[in-house]
Amino acid sequence: MSPLIEVSDLRKYYPIRKGVLRRQVAQVHAVDGVSFAVNEAETLGLVGESGCGKSTVGRAVLRLIEPTAGAVKLRGRDITQLGKSDLRPLRREMQIVFQDPFSSLNPRIRVGDIVGEPLKVHGIGDRRQREEKVAQLFARVGLRAAQMRNYPHQFSGGQRQRVSIARALALDPSFIVADEPVSALDVSIQAQVINLLMDLQRESRLSYLFISHNLAVVEHIAHRVAVMYLGRIVEYADKATLFTRPLHPYTEALLAAVPMPDPTLKRQKRHVSGDVPSPISPPSGCHFHPRCPYAEARCRVESPVLREVATGHQVACHLR
Amino acid sequence: MSATAAKPRSKPSWANELLYLARRYPLGVAGAIIMTVFVLAALFAGVVAPLDPFSTNPRASLAPPGSAYLLGADMMGRDVLSRIIHGARISLAVALGATFLGSGFGAALGLASGYVGGWFDLVVQRLGEIMQALPLLVMALVITASLGPSLPNTIIAIAIPLIPNVARVIRANVLSLRELPFVEAAKATGMSELRVAVVHVLPNTLAPLIVLATAQLGSTILTEASLSFLGLGVPEPYPSWGRMLSESAAEYVRTAPWLVIFPGLAISAVVFGANLLGDALRDALDPRQRD
Repeated sequence: MSPLIEVSDLRKYYPIRKGVLRRQVAQVHAVDGVSFAVNEAETLGLVGESGCGKSTVGRAVLRLIEPTAGAVKLRGRDITQLGKSDLRPLRREMQIVFQDPFSSLNPRIRVGDIVGEPLKVHGIGDRRQREEKVAQLFARVGLRAAQMRNYPHQFSGGQRQRVSIARALALDPSFIVADEPVSALDVSIQAQVINLLMDLQRESRLSYLFISHNLAVVEHIAHRVAVMYLGRIVEYADKATLFTRPLHPYTEALLAAVPMPDPTLKRQKRHVSGDVPSPISPPSGCHFHPRCPYAEARCRVESPVLREVATGHQVACHLR
Repeated sequence: MSATAAKPRSKPSWANELLYLARRYPLGVAGAIIMTVFVLAALFAGVVAPLDPFSTNPRASLAPPGSAYLLGADMMGRDVLSRIIHGARISLAVALGATFLGSGFGAALGLASGYVGGWFDLVVQRLGEIMQALPLLVMALVITASLGPSLPNTIIAIAIPLIPNVARVIRANVLSLRELPFVEAAKATGMSELRVAVVHVLPNTLAPLIVLATAQLGSTILTEASLSFLGLGVPEPYPSWGRMLSESAAEYVRTAPWLVIFPGLAISAVVFGANLLGDALRDALDPRQRD
């Protein structure tokens, strides 16, 4: 069976223009050849530091930003070449939930209308049927139907995120990009929203591209995980493998940095020094070599390709 | 939503709603009353004015306020109160007309410019800057001179120079709004760009738009005065507040101050009323300000 979403060699470059003539002087390689697949009813976790391009991937997959190159296939059909009107019906299949629960809802519109808007856009049902559907959606995400008449500012962050999820579910999509959906929430609320997403997945066989910098959250919700560094995927494996036997030095470092709730547990800390390099002029060879504790001469020259080291376990490193 | 799921609270009728707003924004009510009084005075000027605003009386030249002339008389012995009441027609028509016209077109242009971006934005903004480089009055002068003096032309002439100011502010607002996730979410549902701009972006620019419009209301009255003074506004002998003020300001401010004070007060009152009403309107239209 072919995967629901298949992304191959996705690239997004932003031009940097300078001067009166707006000449292009450089490019930001925000996403630099990313490939992955998401199966039906599966969650792919996409992790990485801020600025590594993970949100850009999420938006480019939905064509909220136009990818520079590469293909995104929904059920085998490439959507990157489609015109606006051809893309519209496919929007029903793919939705997005954003990180910031405050700016992701229009403050001037009642939440009931926010959730019902996708139905209106696609001309589904009449007024009453839409209202009924919205009430059902509210129930599904754990909100009361009576709250439909309220405005976004009358809700807490967690509730707002539920509204966002209800909006994303309105068109019965099969794929949802969740762009850091819990990062802005309190820890206790995070758990509720994560559990809601998992329940919804069980009920409707939803697939998620779950973008996060929080490995603990990803470990909880994802089936497979892709680790991104500076616009590229450096390791790609199922969750159990990645968390128990990480191969890429960067993944190792990320895992070592996860806080442990046990103060008696002493760990060998493997710090990664320095910051993420600029995606305008990424380091030569392996992008990670300036920060890698194992870097060799070869790493500075030759860029490693993502290769399969075990079944379903890919890594981009010369040394593994 | 099924009826049973709704809160047991009864749906507020427009009368309840109005009462709620009135209690909540007493200053807005004051503004509304001021504006209503002036609009009614303008509409029924013929009935309300105690005397004929055009009839001259040499013996009453520069008569001070008193029982015959409540607010005094001008050099030609015309009743100031009656002239103010009749003048409300032109001054309000110009002030409200030009403000609405200028703000409306300015908002539309600013929205298009900020939302579409690219070359269109560049051209619109540069043209706006060229217009802004010229003084408002000079622009209005050129426009009325080419269109000819009449009330509609005066309104148009005053409205056009307002457009770039409004467009600029709205554009800046749109630039930040269009990047917000709720705009992206609307696009993700497959909504057309035009609908996203009108439904999600435009309503969120309302607050600065209202503030800007009420702030410009006063200057439109004064621009009309200057135009009329130069013979390019609404032709004599029909009175407008601005002209009453500008004609008498230099000559009579010491000897017959009522010629300056009362038209000035009328302008101040309208600007004040519009500001009170505008502020209340801005808050009342913002759901975040509610309970």
